[in-house]
Amino acid sequence: MWFEQVLFFVAGIGALGGALGVVLLQNPFYSVLSLVGHLLGLAVLFLLLNAEFLAAAQVVVYAGAVMVLYLFVVAYIGGADVPLRPESGGVAMFGPLFAGAIAVELCIAFIASGLQALDTQGADIARPENADQFGTPGAIGELLLTDFLLPFEAASFLLLVAAVGAVVLARRRRGLEDAPVSTGPTRPRDEPPPAETLEVRV
Amino acid sequence: MDITWYLVLSAFIFAIGAAGVISRRNPLVVLLCLELMLNAGNLALVAFSRMHGSEAGQVFALIVMVIAACEVVVGLGIIVAMYRNRLPIDIDEMSELRG
Repeated sequence: MWFEQVLFFVAGIGALGGALGVVLLQNPFYSVLSLVGHLLGLAVLFLLLNAEFLAAAQVVVYAGAVMVLYLFVVAYIGGADVPLRPESGGVAMFGPLFAGAIAVELCIAFIASGLQALDTQGADIARPENADQFGTPGAIGELLLTDFLLPFEAASFLLLVAAVGAVVLARRRRGLEDAPVSTGPTRPRDEPPPAETLEVRV
Repeated sequence: MDITWYLVLSAFIFAIGAAGVISRRNPLVVLLCLELMLNAGNLALVAFSRMHGSEAGQVFALIVMVIAACEVVVGLGIIVAMYRNRLPIDIDEMSELRG
């Protein structure tokens, strides 16, 4: 279909350009913005592949929430325009070479594959009238709560663990502050603090 | 569009992400490039799911998105801890886990 091909190439070029921008831009802030463009292009490709729920989740969760987290951290760290050292030499030289090798290998694997279905538009996904359509939230939700219930629960538990782990990693620890907070009499670092001054700072 | 087109596009995105992971020094950008590689995998999963006419691949892609979110949260926590401890924000300097 003519319209579908135009949309594929526009979204594909957008996704590829966004990916190149992530790698090539020096300022991490612009890298994050470039990744947002990449994710939007990818969401359009998901729509072309009849994955409506996944496209919506990609835009809302990924481009909306995760990227905002990135932007907060970049703003907190301070996106340095110039790298600390010139990014050259060492293993970094082999990056483009390695990437080219991977791309060529994967393309050979896909194009020369014996899978007949790769050269089609995909299987027939027409459903009976009463069933949910392919890739809609209803169909995905039914799968998540029937066939894939255990991975679904494991994923939610993993999210909880990751949230707790991030709080533990990033909290302010005693003895590692960059500036003394209390203005009281100074004491040597080795000496244990008096019991009554122990306080919990988060 | 044939499924092969989507797979070739995902191969290119994966290669770009791999190049970034190898050659960039800023850990924030390395995390972004990891996202690129995971997204390339997602695109391939969705393309294969369309090829088979089964939604299982889309559920896989959803789980991959959850894993990516976890990885981002923990990675950003480590970067903030590096910044708090006045360590250089440079992955070549970070060669030991001991804080």
